[in-house]
Amino acid sequence: MNITLRVWRQSNGAAKGAMQTYQLQDVSADMSFLEMLDLLNEKLTVEGIEPVAFDHDCREGICGACGVVINGSAHGRGASPVPTTTCQLHMRSFADGATIDVEPWRAGGFPVIKDLVVDRSAFDRIIQAGGFISVNTGSAPDANAAPVPKVKADRAFDTATCIGCGACVAACPNGSAMLFTSAKITHLAMLPQGQPERWSRVKGMVAQHDIEGFGNCTNIGECAAVCPKEIPLDTIGQLNRDLMHSLLKKDGR
Amino acid sequence: MATQTIEHDVAGIVAADPFWSEGAELRDAKAPAGPIEGKWRKRQFEAKLVNPSNRRKLTVIIVGTGLAGGAAAASLGEAGYNVLNFCYQDSPRRAHSIAAQGGINAAKNYRNDNDSTFRLFYDTVKGGDYRSRETNVYRLAEVSASIIDQCVAQGVPFARDYAGLLDNRSFGGVQVQRTFYARGQTGQQLLIGAYQALERQIAAGTVTMHTRHEMLELIVVDGRARGIIARDMVTGEIETHLGDAVVLASGGYGNVFFLSTNAMGCNVTAGWRAHRRGAYFANPCYTQIHPTCIPVHGDTQSKLTLMSESLRNDGRIWVPKRAEDCTKDPRQIPEQDRDYYLERIYPAFGNLVPRDIASRQAKNMCDEGRGVGPAVPEKQPDGSVVNVRRGVYLDFAEVIKRIGQAGVAAKYGNLFDMYAQITAENPYQTPMRIYPAVHYTMGGVWVDYDLMTTITGLYATGECNFSDHGANRLGASALMQGLADGYFVLPNTINDYLAAGPFPKVAADDPAVVEALANVRSRIATLLGINGSRTVDSFHKELGNIMWEYCGMERTEPGLTKAIGLIRALKAEFWRDVKVTGENEALNQTLERAGRVADFLELGELMCIDALHRRESCGGHFRAESQTPDGEALRNDDEFLYVGAWEYTGDGPVLHKEPLEYEFIELKQRSYK
Repeated sequence: MNITLRVWRQSNGAAKGAMQTYQLQDVSADMSFLEMLDLLNEKLTVEGIEPVAFDHDCREGICGACGVVINGSAHGRGASPVPTTTCQLHMRSFADGATIDVEPWRAGGFPVIKDLVVDRSAFDRIIQAGGFISVNTGSAPDANAAPVPKVKADRAFDTATCIGCGACVAACPNGSAMLFTSAKITHLAMLPQGQPERWSRVKGMVAQHDIEGFGNCTNIGECAAVCPKEIPLDTIGQLNRDLMHSLLKKDGR
Repeated sequence: MATQTIEHDVAGIVAADPFWSEGAELRDAKAPAGPIEGKWRKRQFEAKLVNPSNRRKLTVIIVGTGLAGGAAAASLGEAGYNVLNFCYQDSPRRAHSIAAQGGINAAKNYRNDNDSTFRLFYDTVKGGDYRSRETNVYRLAEVSASIIDQCVAQGVPFARDYAGLLDNRSFGGVQVQRTFYARGQTGQQLLIGAYQALERQIAAGTVTMHTRHEMLELIVVDGRARGIIARDMVTGEIETHLGDAVVLASGGYGNVFFLSTNAMGCNVTAGWRAHRRGAYFANPCYTQIHPTCIPVHGDTQSKLTLMSESLRNDGRIWVPKRAEDCTKDPRQIPEQDRDYYLERIYPAFGNLVPRDIASRQAKNMCDEGRGVGPAVPEKQPDGSVVNVRRGVYLDFAEVIKRIGQAGVAAKYGNLFDMYAQITAENPYQTPMRIYPAVHYTMGGVWVDYDLMTTITGLYATGECNFSDHGANRLGASALMQGLADGYFVLPNTINDYLAAGPFPKVAADDPAVVEALANVRSRIATLLGINGSRTVDSFHKELGNIMWEYCGMERTEPGLTKAIGLIRALKAEFWRDVKVTGENEALNQTLERAGRVADFLELGELMCIDALHRRESCGGHFRAESQTPDGEALRNDDEFLYVGAWEYTGDGPVLHKEPLEYEFIELKQRSYK
């Protein structure tokens, strides 16, 4: 296939960016979207043009490093029949002769570093504000000491599958990171091990979310629609319930 | 290009070898004597301790944030040390441990099926084809149960049964159910557990995290590892970080093959830079080729995707009995025309034979012309090009009939989805096509029982070291080793060294620092200045092809010799003709890759030399000259019962042999029949 790419180029965070148009021939339908970008970059390099910078690593849809907005939808969800990360999107989802727009995540909490690469370190800081269980190495009881009902274990797992890619933020008109935050809140709230810090955790993480400049949730649901791991929207309900509850409790009660 | 020839004497032993020389024997001096059950406790008791109030005066540099690095950083931070942690990714949560799918072994015996620490130890040594160190492996089995406890306490959502208790499954190479799992995302869940523990320590101020930083040089002062030179990948700044000890947890080097299941960024640079400073590199040729990966689609492929080995629990592997059936729709091939070759050749273990065996048999089937899927052009040793089908079926029809599609989806849903997305085929309806791919490297930086390398104060953990898997790693053991090293081993051995610290402060203008800085700067300047005509990837792909062809699933004397010549020529061409665009003072992914490929070119040569010198087959290292009459790997314990640790001299590698002593396990020819 032959395609026309319009790619966001920005040399650094302070520079002004613009869309650049590139023609690309001999794209195979079996290529992943990132392999198509590799092909573009090989071509640019040979021409002496600096290749397009983009984040990627595992290319198996699990590390969360990749993520660009494709034709206006995060991870190209609009082109894919199933939830996907950018690396798992394949060129067979596009028609021969298509024009494809490629842009970075655009959100106040994610400043652009270069081209399609953004700074998502705010997510790490939200986790630092309480997204953990305070157990030191070596002090754990036997793993089967505290049974977890299967229903709760499954829900913990479903929400723990968040890969921290940031698509939810990129898709949200408010630039909110509520789906990311609530996934972690729900994961740990489902488990007996997560109970002692449950109320301080939700307060800490939500406060940090706001400090990082992410917007508020207005229940639009764009986040869950693009989430490659299908984190359900009702986790945000869980977060809100826990947050309300925590306001009536002193930490640790 | 010139290939070197080597002279053989009548016994087939190389008389004059131009590729390497041999140095003094090497021994691990740290494992205490006595019964194997007591060694670790004894070592812990004998190790010198650091008073809790003195720990914050000691700085530990840790490179890597995967299971080994992240767990070590969190644990040492909790213990009170001042930890500096580095990763090349934008967040520690992205380390490639995250992609591990199947599970983690632990000798819990929750299934009441005769499992024990000793059995896990035995299985691991046997699975490694008797090329690992007994003492290290026993300790690994010993701490395995604590890992599960630790992870559950952190909130890792392992699979559970309806009583709310932990579930287990079986994995290749063993006959007990000791593998704990979190659907097909066990690595992700374990890593997130370690990552959360790490973020907690970052918030507490005990760990300082440097993301988007790549270690480019090791600083050795007065014989001790005292720091690293790292490049800030956003600004290009070359930074010096100093401390009292350095820990490498930088993963494996499978990307030397270009195509592998590793993440795109996985590289050998940290380990290789340490090697060039004096750390021995052990068993570099021991590479794991994983049997169940999605086959290559074409020459623009950038990486390969694993389908978890756990699928072999329920999937049945087969190829058509007749080559003429290979292009048929597999569903139209009747049962009697299918060859379930693993079940046929290995009735006791069937589809659950160890990885090295399953991989080699898949290759044999395809070499016989019974592979399936698209025929891809392949260059033959004589230069001609032949189209070969590189794939075998992994069929779930039977299990779908037995437990239903929903049952299969609950166990393996994410893997089936991933397969469908990549291949556009529905594995619930047609069998998966799989083929072996490079997955893991058992070789790595040599370490003693304390995980210290041959450089004082430099440690290596996880896949980065060589210690626990011998010549073949069993499934679900990489996660076990990474977390064992990170949570339980290193935090209980590094104190023995740090107790002598804090060491004298290293000045910023110390000659060792100045030299290391200059080294990094000049290398970057050289790479940027060549301005040749070939891209970095084109060199990487060519190196990968050489490695896969001559140092992959089957290795021969002439092939390896040829490969060394080819790699040397390619390396020379790289430094003459590579094109690196952009500048150092900005995010420059081409420059990052160029540095990594430059190191892979040196490592690739050493791997071939190691494979050439080891004139036996063992585990994943299959030398065509050394096989049993029925084509299995034939070890030569008389000559090769040792770890091959290579010293870098700048003038050809020097081999140091560490003899392997089997006190507690009897050496046997491996059999899974």
